[in-house]
Amino acid sequence: MSAAAPLNVPPEQEPSPGFAVRLGAAQRAGGLIVPVLTAVLAFLAGGIVVAATGHNPWTAYKGIWDGAGFDWLFHIPWDTNTTHLSAFNLSQTLLTTTTLILVGLAVAFPFRCGLFNIGGQGQYLVGLIVANWVGVDFASWPTLPHVLLGIGAATVAGAVWAGIAGFLKAATGAHEVISTIMLNWIAIWGGQYLFGQGGPLQNTYNPAAPESGTIAPSAHIPVFWGSPVLQGLDYGFFVALAALVVFWLLLNRTTLGYEVRAVGYNPEAAAYGGIDVKRKYIEAMAISGAFAGLAGALDMLGYLFQFGVLDVQASQIGFLGIAVALLGRNTAIGTGIAAFLFGGLLYGTTRGLNPNVFDPSLAGNLTSMIQGLIVLFVGADIFILYLWNARRKLRLRRRAAATT
Amino acid sequence: MADTTATVLELRGITKRYPGVVADDHVDFDVRAGEVHALLGENGAGKSTLMNVLYGLTKPDEGEIVVRGKRVSFSSAKDAIEAGIGMVHQHFMLIPVMTVAENIVLGVEPVRNGLLLDERGAEQRVRELSQQFGLTVDPTALVSRITVGQQQRVEILKALYRGADILILDEPTAVLTPQEAGELFAIVRSLKADGKSIIFISHKLNEVLEIADRITVLRRGKRIDTIPREGATEQGLARMMVGRDVLLRVDKAEPSPADVVLDVRDLHVVDERGLAKVRGVSFSVRGGEIVAVAGVDGNGQTELVEALTGLRPLAAGTVAVAGRELADYTARTMIDAGVGHIPEDRLRRGLVLEFTLAENLALHDYDKPPNARRGWLSPRRLVERAVQLIREFDIRGGGPLTLAGALSGGNQQKVVVARELSRNPAILIAAQPTRGLDVGAIEYVHRRLVAERDAGRAVLLVSLELDEVLSLADRILVMYEGRIVGEHAAGASEEEIGLEMLGGRRQVAA
Repeated sequence: MSAAAPLNVPPEQEPSPGFAVRLGAAQRAGGLIVPVLTAVLAFLAGGIVVAATGHNPWTAYKGIWDGAGFDWLFHIPWDTNTTHLSAFNLSQTLLTTTTLILVGLAVAFPFRCGLFNIGGQGQYLVGLIVANWVGVDFASWPTLPHVLLGIGAATVAGAVWAGIAGFLKAATGAHEVISTIMLNWIAIWGGQYLFGQGGPLQNTYNPAAPESGTIAPSAHIPVFWGSPVLQGLDYGFFVALAALVVFWLLLNRTTLGYEVRAVGYNPEAAAYGGIDVKRKYIEAMAISGAFAGLAGALDMLGYLFQFGVLDVQASQIGFLGIAVALLGRNTAIGTGIAAFLFGGLLYGTTRGLNPNVFDPSLAGNLTSMIQGLIVLFVGADIFILYLWNARRKLRLRRRAAATT
Repeated sequence: MADTTATVLELRGITKRYPGVVADDHVDFDVRAGEVHALLGENGAGKSTLMNVLYGLTKPDEGEIVVRGKRVSFSSAKDAIEAGIGMVHQHFMLIPVMTVAENIVLGVEPVRNGLLLDERGAEQRVRELSQQFGLTVDPTALVSRITVGQQQRVEILKALYRGADILILDEPTAVLTPQEAGELFAIVRSLKADGKSIIFISHKLNEVLEIADRITVLRRGKRIDTIPREGATEQGLARMMVGRDVLLRVDKAEPSPADVVLDVRDLHVVDERGLAKVRGVSFSVRGGEIVAVAGVDGNGQTELVEALTGLRPLAAGTVAVAGRELADYTARTMIDAGVGHIPEDRLRRGLVLEFTLAENLALHDYDKPPNARRGWLSPRRLVERAVQLIREFDIRGGGPLTLAGALSGGNQQKVVVARELSRNPAILIAAQPTRGLDVGAIEYVHRRLVAERDAGRAVLLVSLELDEVLSLADRILVMYEGRIVGEHAAGASEEEIGLEMLGGRRQVAA
């Protein structure tokens, strides 16, 4: 949708567009307005809840803003006092953004092929696990090959994991929503087994601790902003930015992207055009899984270095990719912006938040709420567009009334 | 009560503008009691907008509506219904899981004990209404279980139940079989006899001449004229609609058939449920001839075309294109072997509506040089070629970057035709290529098919319109229950073919 032509169709030229066509047209017509409006509405609703709990919504949001390190973007260069903490917060926000971009793309890409990938979390975990295994086991390798091997292996593993769902859909018609959810559970329980006591990937130094080994220093992705000891921002961030470009190129400038979009819009027309629709399902899912697997690798090699059974159970970030992709309208730019927004929100309401400003336990729930509201509002795109149009119509009517 | 001269409804100077288009430009229209007034025009002429204005769905920018001498202003369909106007949309608005009676009384339910739906009363009332106007339909049947023709009757009953005496029928025959259309006409006549006024929207000339008392023709938002049926001719109406003389009959020279291009031997095809749809069909098509497959809908024509274009697997049999037997029968193989296909449902299959014209025009060869090299698409090249094809095939309403969904039906079909012909296929399979098109676009498609045949191309035409088959075909195959039951030279009689189409004479043709 990067270059949507302006659409001025008088109603009678469009005999009876189906729901999907109407939704598509509505989304195009809405352009940037609707996702922005969606986010604003979600924040407003969140603010009302904050006010209801007796806090000042403005202070709360300012606290989150500072907690996410966004104030650094507007800092005065010689103000060294605040910049230090803000810079750290922003680097942490960007670290989260890195992951969210990739798990967002993992949802956005199959979406463009008409598939709903709920399995981002599972694919992310598979990538994480494989990257950990490579990072621990190939300790004798030099840094660059070691990092590349870890990233490559995790990416392929994610692709295979998601490819299973694509294959099941192509071969048997099994719905990808069901199969990816089940593959999530297999990944979650698989991870708990592998990292758990007696598991093949459990650490060797403390048999009592159900957690993985720590990857070798040679497998660490170098940090370019902040301190490597204090979880600085690593070069994985640029890999995620590059992935946005790759996503756009893949979709809009390759024959594969053409095929994927054709299948996503109209599988019957795609088949008529000679496109092997089932194969596209497998390929789109595999590419999606590659993005998620890459996310797992960057996290593991960038700053996690090891992972425990409890971490496997607690990890949720892959699911957040759905909200990111939805808010980002399954486009490259949109996913990037939405990932940054959610990255800030996620970090700014948790560790980055000054507990004196706003209670973090409430703030964390606020994130979940805003996330939920955004998903809800995106689902209600048409409704928002309807309100938008109604407002315009009302204005026109008033103007008409004024002239007569 | 039927006073046939009194004007019950008048639209005066209705104007409606959309960005860039004047849908209706000072249109006058009136309806008398007990008459059928046809509103005729091509797609996009302004018929639907005018009726939406009348039914309160659209506010006109200018003009007024007068019902029974009183000026009215409708702000919703509810106002129009209260003024005694009913509309039957082309696409029905019924709830499939509810019964006929429930659908009809929906929103104005008869109530018993102040609370409960009076189902008996509703059914009784529906029965009375349907008897009064000869609209037979079972009030207790579920809407999902009745035929399209019956659903239309439910829509008409719904309007009558709400007290309509001015009925708008929007392209009512578009979804009906010829038999059902005949029954609908009988219903319209009985409504008319009862003093109801009917506005009959259509772009089919023969229908309008059959049913209307007066005919108003719209073209590009302007009212061209209102004429009585007496003295009106198809030719004259077509000229008014399109604005120039239209060839309703196709002029064509004698065919000069060359080598066999498509050779089908003992083809069997089954549907999703495993039922035999094509049962042992054999025929061939030569270059330079149009072979038409005639038949009533659902006799295996769709499955035949899908098999020949690789969209449905063959159960048995062989297909050879240009003398070569094919290794497999995927869509890709068929396309590469030189089969061009104008699909019967262009919205469902022929176009990706969300794609631009440039992308749609490349649907078969987006991956071949110079459109793409080593997997990289060349958008510039797609646009360049689209510019050329848009000019060559006179596609109007948009440029290379316009979305296909924004074009009119006729121009969408031109996009499909342009794509298929520009590939220079050995054989062109045209499945109902004029379905849903207006007069001007039909003429274009027909002329184009004949031109292709004259240029030596093999053309297989599959059509449900016997007129189309008779005017285009050099040879006619009649299909009935999956078999070819008759073969005729051009100029065969309509009666003979019509009888075979209904299974009147069974034989296995060579």
